[in-house]
Amino acid sequence: MSERGAKLIKGATDAWEVVIGMEVHAQVLSEAKLFSGAATAFGADPNSQVSFVDAAMPGMLPVINRKCVEQAVRTGLGLKAKINHRSQFDRKNYFYPDLPAGYQISQYKQPIVGEGEVTIDLPGGETRQIGIERLHLEQDAGKSLHDQRPEHSYVDLNRAGVALMEIVTKPDMRGSDEAAAFLRKLRTIVRYLGTCDGNMDEGSMRADVNISVRRPGEPYGTRCEIKNVNSMRFIAQAVEYEARRQVDILESGGSIRQETRLFDPRAGETRAMRSKEEAHDYRYFPDPDLLPLELSPAWINEIARSLPELPDQKKVRFIGLGLSSYDAAVLVAEKETADYFEAMLAEDAEPKAAANWLNNEVFGRLNKAGVSVLASPVSPAQNAAILRLLKDNVISGKIAKDLLDIVWDEGGDPYVIVNARGLRQMSDASAIERMVDAVIKAHPDKVEEVRKKPKLTGWFVGQVMKQSGGKANPQAVNDIVKARLGIGGQG
Amino acid sequence: MIGLTDFTMAEARDALRARTVSASELTHAFISAIEGARCLNAFVTETPERALDMARQSDTRIARGDARPLEGLPLAIKDLFCTKGVRTTAGSKILNNFVPPYESTVSQNLWDAGAVMLGKTNMDEFAMGSSNETSHFGPVINPWRAGNSNRNLVPGGSSGGSAAAVAGQLCLAATGTDTGGSIRQPAAVSGIVGLKPTYGRCSRWGIVAFASSLDQAGPMTRTVRDAAILLRHMASVDEKDSTSVDVPVADYEEGLDGGVKGLRIGIPKEYRIDGAPPEIEALWHRGAEWLKGQGAEIVDVSLAHTKFALPAYYIVAPAEASSNLARYDGVRYGHRAANTHDLTDLYERSRAEGFGAEVRRRVLVGTYVLSAGYYDAYYVRAQKVRTLIKRDFEQAFETCDVLLTPATPGAAFAIGEKSDDPVSMYLNDVFTVPVNLAGLPAISVPAGLSETGLPLGLQVIGRAFDEATVLRAGRAIEVAAHFGATPKKWWAA
Repeated sequence: MSERGAKLIKGATDAWEVVIGMEVHAQVLSEAKLFSGAATAFGADPNSQVSFVDAAMPGMLPVINRKCVEQAVRTGLGLKAKINHRSQFDRKNYFYPDLPAGYQISQYKQPIVGEGEVTIDLPGGETRQIGIERLHLEQDAGKSLHDQRPEHSYVDLNRAGVALMEIVTKPDMRGSDEAAAFLRKLRTIVRYLGTCDGNMDEGSMRADVNISVRRPGEPYGTRCEIKNVNSMRFIAQAVEYEARRQVDILESGGSIRQETRLFDPRAGETRAMRSKEEAHDYRYFPDPDLLPLELSPAWINEIARSLPELPDQKKVRFIGLGLSSYDAAVLVAEKETADYFEAMLAEDAEPKAAANWLNNEVFGRLNKAGVSVLASPVSPAQNAAILRLLKDNVISGKIAKDLLDIVWDEGGDPYVIVNARGLRQMSDASAIERMVDAVIKAHPDKVEEVRKKPKLTGWFVGQVMKQSGGKANPQAVNDIVKARLGIGGQG
Repeated sequence: MIGLTDFTMAEARDALRARTVSASELTHAFISAIEGARCLNAFVTETPERALDMARQSDTRIARGDARPLEGLPLAIKDLFCTKGVRTTAGSKILNNFVPPYESTVSQNLWDAGAVMLGKTNMDEFAMGSSNETSHFGPVINPWRAGNSNRNLVPGGSSGGSAAAVAGQLCLAATGTDTGGSIRQPAAVSGIVGLKPTYGRCSRWGIVAFASSLDQAGPMTRTVRDAAILLRHMASVDEKDSTSVDVPVADYEEGLDGGVKGLRIGIPKEYRIDGAPPEIEALWHRGAEWLKGQGAEIVDVSLAHTKFALPAYYIVAPAEASSNLARYDGVRYGHRAANTHDLTDLYERSRAEGFGAEVRRRVLVGTYVLSAGYYDAYYVRAQKVRTLIKRDFEQAFETCDVLLTPATPGAAFAIGEKSDDPVSMYLNDVFTVPVNLAGLPAISVPAGLSETGLPLGLQVIGRAFDEATVLRAGRAIEVAAHFGATPKKWWAA
């Protein structure tokens, strides 16, 4: 899958292929931490969500949170991955003040989830498969605060012990667009599954991106790991910058040093992280406080049965309803959006019209207002009603948009509003003829002009529509204008 | 005249029930005994007010006819068990001022059963030692002395304070913990009974961890009956300890005198070690004869991998300890070095100042064996050895019901005698360590005196969760041995 010419980037002398793999840390949606009963809410006062276990008090022991295990299995199933019936927690030993026990409990040799795959959607409706290497459960660390007082550092352990899923991909991505598309798709999947809220702003999803370049057909080049890239936009920027950096080095005869780099969003560049004085030796070994995690096939099946319809399945179903691949992909990208669309269908909206209406009118307004689809002031039923009025030629397209604005601002039943405010479309030919005649009479100069430039018919139509307050049936107006001006064919 | 502190725990219990003595009287007697025996250094922290308060409450309950199983019985708690509101040091400077805001499951079980806490007993630092000489609070002195000698002897370790407190009649019984022999070895050289239960029988929650896969709490008592009584009220499955096991806890006292008739006693040939004093071999032989005399069948068995147990133990235990002790970093609690100039300095100096030499040695060994490049050669191999040792026991238990071995390779030694030679110190645990590696229950029972008049113990090892049979065989030895000896109270003179 590497020989795809379209993805190559041009250096001074050669064309290069970018190879990208990713490690995504996704915070498990759970009320409690991975091994302690402490709460996990974001933004709580420092050290207010810390149990004796999280603070690594003497004699405290971890106990696995069943909910977190279930969430990991659910995610694995959503990634079409192998669920390992037996996995093991290991200790990763290192000293740091935000790691109270002096070790992180993670899964090293035997992760809970093995190989799987994610289908990513690329522009133009193209799709690609990205391999998943593994998913494992581990604890998050706390947070060191160095900016509270100049002479002190503080530690906030609220995050310490929170469950994370580390999802590792194969080096299957070949460009910044694919990297961003993968992360977007992964986010969509975990949000559908309800296993991670995907809030990148709050750090619920963080990605480390491994990037290398090679000439097509060569073995993989030396990779650099870009740490903590925490937005879709930054991922694309980081990949672009880093790939270019590596190509420049290689083409000028240099070699890539395997290292960890940090993306600086302000400068739009990656920088080598200060190299640690001593190489880390994490001294992994199985955590003797925890038994191997054994999952019964029956329990895994039970979770599998409870899985919701996932975006890929939904997309296929939507395409089956007559939607374009693009429209379907946009609608399924957020579960709430897809649900909203389906709620409109339940109100008998025609699928294609509903998809267009949402993508062209409703989502734009929501984005502009910074309102989520869940908080939309216009309900699916109200939208469906507007579309029905449009379809039945009760209102014009222009009025439909106005009506949407009215319902948005004031609420109410679209039928009642149309009747109460006289928004019904005027299709009465004689009334339209009178208006057309009046416009023609008032603008002899334009009549003269339109003989030479038939395109000007549109101006007449516009004037009539204006006079009718948008209520005239635009098609009827167009026909009558042409007939009166004696213009045939296309206006 | 028999004093209140001469009671066994069972006798004290019966006396309290019969109301011939009150819990407060009993507790007072032990508080005085402790005060009079401070030169033994058995306690790190005495809690007399708390003890008297608990005793008064017990007297109220007894008066109401509402006594719980251990009502009013004064106990000592090894300072490895976290006790809410009472300083818990693990014998270390690094926890010198640590007062836990929680109570360990085992000690809570005891208080729930009505027991009274006299204080926290001295121990080797973080339970690392076989002589109680590594304690930050100084060595414990064995109540026993060799005949014709005034030399101070060690009480064994790491539960040396508990052993001395029980042997010196400073408490009715005490808790201990056993990672490689830390209950059985001090029990043997202090002339008391020590039982290490099956791994998972007692909750480890709230016990300062040394080596998580080996640590297990157990009773240290004057008689086998007392061990049976105390174990029942220490043990419980605990949702806070994933390694605790849900096997019902029996009334071990009930079947105690069932005898050993028909019981098959395995004698593992690999426990005959070069250089062990002949009196140990003789005692072992005598023990087998006693059991045979009571109707047991003696069976020769082989535990082929025994000689690898000690080396494997000294890889696994330090490896786990190096990780378990990483939390003592001077950041959140415990000793913090003064005037540090950066984070690394804070870590290095807090830990260098807070840990003693033996703990530092084991942390270094543990860190080494887990290091990249050495992990497979040491840790992985040691785990394989552990599997083989476990299998040895399983195979042996196909032809016998319990195993009989010496508890230690010798009697109590003098303070300072072995402290310069860690390996010779580690050899003290040669008979006890394999049991921890296999997670099995085992008891040490006083069975005789050495040539110099010091106590020696025999060990009975049983199948997993078969503490009942171990106790029954232990009781048979106790009956046959007529041990009954107590140290002269030279310190009270």
